[in-house]
Amino acid sequence: MGNYFFDSATVFEELDRVDGKAKVTGQAKYSAEYEMPGLAYGVIVGANISKGTIAAIDINAAEKAPGVLGVVTHLNITKPAGYIAADATKPAAVRGLKVFDDNVIHFNGQPIALVMADSFERATHAASLIKAQYNKETFSTGLEQAMKDEKPLEGNQYKESIRGEKDAWKNAAVKVEGTYTMPNQVHNPMEMHATTVKWEGDDKVTVWEKTQGVKSTQRDIMQAFALTEKNVQVNTLYVGGGFGAALRTWPHAMAALIGAKKIGKPLKVVLTRMQMFTLVGYRPEAIQKIAIGADNDGKLIGMMHEANAVTSNYENFTENIVKMTRALYSCANVTTKYNVYPVELSTPTWMRGPGEATGSFPLECALDELSYQLKMDPIELRLKNYAETDPENGKPYSSKFLKEAYQLGADKFGWKDRHPIPNTMMENGWKVGVGMSTGIFGAFRNEAKLGLKLMADGTLIMQTAVSDSGPGTATAMTKIAADAMGLPYNKIKFELGDSSLPPGPTQGGSSSTSTVGAAVSTGCVTLQKKLAEAAKSSPVFGHIVAVENFLFQNGEMVLKTDPTKKLSYSEVLKNAGMTSIEFIENSGRNPAMEKYSAYSYAVHFVKVLVHPLTGVVKIAKAVVAGDAGKIVSPKTAKSQMIGGVVGGIGGALMEESVIDERYGRWINNNFADYHVPVHADVPAIEAVFVDKPDPILNPVGSKGMGEIALIGFAAAVANAVYHATGKRIRELPITPDKLI
Amino acid sequence: MCQQPTNDAEKQPSLHHARRNFLKQTSALTALALAPSVVMKAAEKKLDEKAAGFFEQKTLNIEVNGKAHQLSVEPRATLLDVLRENLHLTGSKKGCDLGQCGACTVHVDGKRVLSCLSLAVMQNGKKITTIEGLQQGDQLHPMQEAFIKHDGFQCGYCTPGQIMSAVACISEGHAGTDNEIREYMSGNICRCGAYPNIVDAISEVAKKGGSRD
Repeated sequence: MGNYFFDSATVFEELDRVDGKAKVTGQAKYSAEYEMPGLAYGVIVGANISKGTIAAIDINAAEKAPGVLGVVTHLNITKPAGYIAADATKPAAVRGLKVFDDNVIHFNGQPIALVMADSFERATHAASLIKAQYNKETFSTGLEQAMKDEKPLEGNQYKESIRGEKDAWKNAAVKVEGTYTMPNQVHNPMEMHATTVKWEGDDKVTVWEKTQGVKSTQRDIMQAFALTEKNVQVNTLYVGGGFGAALRTWPHAMAALIGAKKIGKPLKVVLTRMQMFTLVGYRPEAIQKIAIGADNDGKLIGMMHEANAVTSNYENFTENIVKMTRALYSCANVTTKYNVYPVELSTPTWMRGPGEATGSFPLECALDELSYQLKMDPIELRLKNYAETDPENGKPYSSKFLKEAYQLGADKFGWKDRHPIPNTMMENGWKVGVGMSTGIFGAFRNEAKLGLKLMADGTLIMQTAVSDSGPGTATAMTKIAADAMGLPYNKIKFELGDSSLPPGPTQGGSSSTSTVGAAVSTGCVTLQKKLAEAAKSSPVFGHIVAVENFLFQNGEMVLKTDPTKKLSYSEVLKNAGMTSIEFIENSGRNPAMEKYSAYSYAVHFVKVLVHPLTGVVKIAKAVVAGDAGKIVSPKTAKSQMIGGVVGGIGGALMEESVIDERYGRWINNNFADYHVPVHADVPAIEAVFVDKPDPILNPVGSKGMGEIALIGFAAAVANAVYHATGKRIRELPITPDKLI
Repeated sequence: MCQQPTNDAEKQPSLHHARRNFLKQTSALTALALAPSVVMKAAEKKLDEKAAGFFEQKTLNIEVNGKAHQLSVEPRATLLDVLRENLHLTGSKKGCDLGQCGACTVHVDGKRVLSCLSLAVMQNGKKITTIEGLQQGDQLHPMQEAFIKHDGFQCGYCTPGQIMSAVACISEGHAGTDNEIREYMSGNICRCGAYPNIVDAISEVAKKGGSRD
């Protein structure tokens, strides 16, 4: 922890995570780790059919088991107000699956009972005693089958979208087309979802919940139980990874709320790892067709991209799978279509790089294939079709440094050493291939309120109701405030994870630094004005009170025209007779953004080794170059990009849901069978940034980063595998069986 | 689950006695079944539960982070659950409860062990070190320092397990090269993908001459 010292007002390059010490000492507390007297343990029992109704459920043995405090099923539930629609024209407040609402089974593993006992072991045992009989119905869990048997959902979002001429690609001089498949992928954050609930009477509740949205969880609970905002307290100090899986208030959390109310004791419900596959979403399986036509110089003539994906039979989930094809390259004729088929699985949800991570796989593989047909460098082909304005609406970009990212990444990787002919490079008996791809994701900024308190001792406290699932929001915000106010890091405290703080945004869509950072940035400007105002009482500066006359550095206001005249923030407050300066800063979208399109970009470079006999693929080297605007906190930013690449290695080489379609059950619902990257799968990874500010999106100049870190990576691997072997693998994950 | 022992539970009866007492109590309860009002009273007092609770508990003497504990635990309770739920040492994490992720790694008599795969009753007389016991006073363990310096984590959930494993990885002599570190750390999953930074942290500590345990 080398840099918690105050030595100058210059920008500190490296800031260690402000919550680092708590995390390496085991002091950081996650949602299942709060001690309270009389705490009960809840275990969720899942259905073991995929579609039908519960004919009978026997909870007798469970209720009588030692230590059991209560059992909730659809037969004995006291339904929360939000389960019932006010009138027939409106949906009920609780969206998606209403846990224990009725006897209808929509998917295998759907909760049919919550068993609560005085210990985890007793609750687990009693849960095993629940017996249900079912009326089974036929079902389907696979996309391929659904595409044969069913019709896709209808609605405006599923209509064919045509820019220019529909079939232009067919008449082009050079064409590629292919069908690409990708299985369901599961977020699997290391912390299993957990909800701890403590009711005080019938109308007041405190919840420790794994959530990426403190305020959205609070709102969901308020609506479900018809409670006031002040009577619903949500605490989320630490989140053990989310990747999108903690963006919703899931049925197990509702079950915990219902159960705790029933037994009148605080209750903790933690999902099992197996339940993490069925109860908190997944990235939906997709089958995609893509076709691209270009002229002999590589100029794109037309593109066609049709995506098919799954949703549940009780809720429509959609994401922007085909958007990237419309947005990334300059091409006059683009036709896209998105079909969604309901199957008997739980509802999918956003997973890191939602939509684009799926859509980038066929698009960026097809571009690569086209480059070989054209005998053109893949980067050159992309530069040939570089979009100077948004091809979808003609708007200029708020900032776009993708060209710089191509250059930066290519230099770092050593792209110039690539042999243009595939299946030609060998190292120590392994085939060698290199590949690249581009990733794109919208850059957003949302609304946030930030509480700022400058205390008498010169400490700055900032507060907003956000949670952090790992990227390091508090660290980045500390960095922004330290630079703006000229304060040492240890004089700044960023408080989060508490719904009673001023409302902040949900952590999703790579928008936290943009949204909250903007509030910190403008909040510090406001604070400087208030300090200048307060400095009126200090004789040192005479009549000069305008904020423009001062520098804010070393924890002091310094007169620009005479740097010998300065006062510490503490002295300014003291002279003004104030104990603190406190206010709430409101921050929202920049209206000027109406005229612009905003995106972040990543360029992925990968070197793979492919074993000629066994088909094993190893990632030997990876470089990711990002255009994510100004990099606020270089250390954590680099880690976030590297982490995205690691997630990408999983998607490219190993992550795959296996569902037994006879029973509709996940077969590989654990870490021994659903493989995610481990240490031995991951080489040294380099992350580099263009690091140029976006001048319009927000005052910090940052754009999003969490999603682009992963988007396109699978295509880069597939392209590298092609370069190594001459085999074009269009089916993820790229397992050895596909290469031998 | 486990309860702190009461004074009179200090001398745990033998299994034979326990079974006899249990049978006595349960047959007494059966006899009472003929008298409904008495049964109601028995149910209110949760006699069957008390019997079950008594029968289910075993005495466990362990030292955790240098502190001796005498506990009364169920034979089916894992070391991880006893640490987290009874001793409230929540630094050791439950990431899968199946021995597949490494988040629950602790040291038992100096060796790394998956506490979710270890029954608590099997640790009688053993010395356990968890992440909470790694630092000395205010002084972080060099591995903890290195994880902060190299940013070897994001969400922090796998971190205690990674650190406990990393300390053992070096003391086992498995941190000679980066590839060796990767191999011997592969039982500890990090979904945020901090692996390269973790390897840097371990490598640095190893090169500085290892770590105190």
